[in-house]
Amino acid sequence: MTATPPSPSVALGMPQLPAPAYPAETHARLKADAEAIIARYPDSRSALLPMLHLVQSEEGYVTRTGMAFCAELLGLTTAEVTAVATFYTMYRRKPSGDYQVGVCTNTLCAVMGGDAIFDELKEHLGVGNDETTEDGKITLEHIECNAACDYAPVVMVNWEFFDNQTPDSAKRLVDDLREGRTVEPTRGAPLCTYKETARILAGFPDERPGAVEATGGAGPASLIGLKLAKGELPQQRVVHPRGQDGAPDATGPAPSPAEHLSSHDAPQQTAPSDPENPAGPVTGDGSEEGK
Amino acid sequence: MTVATEMNQTSPDKLLAPVLSAFWDQPESWTLETYRRHDGYEGLRKALAMSPDDLIAYVKDAGLRGRGGAGFPTGMKWQFIPQGDGKPHYLVVNADESEPGTCKDIPLLFANPHSLIEGIVIACYAIRSSHAFIYLRGEVVPVLRRLHEAVREAYEAGYLGKDVLGSGLDLDLTVHAGAGAYICGEETALLDSLEGRRGQPRLRPPFPAVAGLYACPTVVNNVESIASVPAILQQGKEWFRSMGSEKSPGFTLYSLSGHVAGPGQYEAPLGITLRQLLDMSGGMRPGHRLKFWTPGGSSTPMFTDEHLDVPLDYEGVGAAGSMLGTKALQCFDETTCVVRAVTRWTEFYAHESCGKCTPCREGTYWLVQLLRDIEAGQGKMSDLDKLNDIADNINGKSFCALGDGAASPIFSSLKYFRDEYEQHITGKGCPFDPAKSTLWADQHLEAKA
Repeated sequence: MTATPPSPSVALGMPQLPAPAYPAETHARLKADAEAIIARYPDSRSALLPMLHLVQSEEGYVTRTGMAFCAELLGLTTAEVTAVATFYTMYRRKPSGDYQVGVCTNTLCAVMGGDAIFDELKEHLGVGNDETTEDGKITLEHIECNAACDYAPVVMVNWEFFDNQTPDSAKRLVDDLREGRTVEPTRGAPLCTYKETARILAGFPDERPGAVEATGGAGPASLIGLKLAKGELPQQRVVHPRGQDGAPDATGPAPSPAEHLSSHDAPQQTAPSDPENPAGPVTGDGSEEGK
Repeated sequence: MTVATEMNQTSPDKLLAPVLSAFWDQPESWTLETYRRHDGYEGLRKALAMSPDDLIAYVKDAGLRGRGGAGFPTGMKWQFIPQGDGKPHYLVVNADESEPGTCKDIPLLFANPHSLIEGIVIACYAIRSSHAFIYLRGEVVPVLRRLHEAVREAYEAGYLGKDVLGSGLDLDLTVHAGAGAYICGEETALLDSLEGRRGQPRLRPPFPAVAGLYACPTVVNNVESIASVPAILQQGKEWFRSMGSEKSPGFTLYSLSGHVAGPGQYEAPLGITLRQLLDMSGGMRPGHRLKFWTPGGSSTPMFTDEHLDVPLDYEGVGAAGSMLGTKALQCFDETTCVVRAVTRWTEFYAHESCGKCTPCREGTYWLVQLLRDIEAGQGKMSDLDKLNDIADNINGKSFCALGDGAASPIFSSLKYFRDEYEQHITGKGCPFDPAKSTLWADQHLEAKA
């Protein structure tokens, strides 16, 4: 018979030892925060999601120590806490970078250029999805629809909005982050680290002066209907028929890859530009008809 | 028809009706001071002068329907809360805006959070609740900041806390950030999540109005629904009913996105058409034409250019075979591959399926496998019927509406674009160039012109 040798990743025998506790001083500080969170709710268990954000603000991800801490304060088992922590995508389960760069690759953003941005960032940073650069600065992720479709394609850094991105603007953004330059979102406050962001998510208001009012009121797309209604018509756009040749301009943004590998890494063996493609090269998509 | 009438019928000031968005362009629009300058918290004063039961009847008479997708009458939801039962009552605002394409509540809360807070105070007075929650999705920290600040301001001004404006109402408001799970937009999953559990939907009945948060009577309302209440009180139910139709009265936020010249928020009476919205905003992006669109997010069956004149209200969209949903009008032009779009949406549903029920958990997984093969040119003709069959086994047979939503793009795209699926199979690949769909695809052309 063909006996398969046991996989080294499967450890049999003794169960994992309990997670080490936080150092006493850390524990005392987090306990005070946790008690403030618990006091917001009629039932203590409701504090679990914010408390997981809290422990994430301590270590940058949800550790076994953090989960044991939540269990201890809420009178839950670690299994109950783990079940919750692993359900939600915002809780990280391994050490990650100071800045989480999330590229929306849900349909609308993907089509509008999110796929191209994500691909170029992967290449530019030399990391894949959910991986962190060697300097520990950036964790790259593809994210789902972030409720900013009128600003597509959207990139989120530590959950602040960077609207209407292109591959070039996104590459500049990550370069600036890695070199420690000040980066301001289109909508949101000047960036803080992922840990500091997690503390806001735990329900502790951002105390930095100017953080609430940063980048002002509604963004331009949010105002378009209001301006039309008030007769402040935006500049009329000239309608150009698309060119006959469709040749890419060398000075334009880098062409996105001809194939559109999905962010979920769907296999794709043919591409319109591939001479081997049985469908032949793409010659038209209706663009010749002009408007 | 005269030119003047024509102009009249398409002029934006006649077709649009900014209410919630009316002062988003003012400096510091998110502050209490700006809100008060625009009649803020005046609706609350009128509400507090009524009895709670009269207030519920008033909102019911106004005809306000849920803006989160289902369109259930808001006043009726409030009325279902049993009174005098001795239990605490809760109001939970669903601000977990995650439906692909939907982008109305986030800009609303960013620019005008006090409209929601005022609506919450009114609703809590009506349903006799002394504790309300805003369940905001976690991925929008700029909005969370403004909500924290707005709640602080409201407490300081006496709109929240003990004895609100001397009415005897005590009210606490807790802002709760989620942690990334689309399913928590489903109201019973949201309640489980708010109780500190995995966000999985509950069996109904019992409905939240009877056994919701902590098994107590609970109203779960969408942000826009609650934020619309102060204006109804302030300007009157007759004013509200003067907009829209008999069954779909009032104003609402339409979110235009995709390959359009003017993406953004358009607040209008219910019943406006996509053609009217496109006409006033510059149409599709220059040189392109509409191919398919969603009336209310990816979970609502897609439409084509045949549906440009469908009135965008609950009945109109329903009669045309889709749902008004969240009024997320995602427009795609002829450069977009419908198979690619549907595959990506399906990957989303598979990722977000909570795993509780088998049809959705397994069905979405297998839909993704088939769609990826088709998109990559490795599909078979029989896969198309298989897609339909699997979608049919999810639709209506899942625990919650996520499954129905996952089936919608499959059914509707096969209905309108079956030939495009077939092209992927016979041509063994995708005939579209994704570079042509991007935001910057035509920039070199504009530069030359």
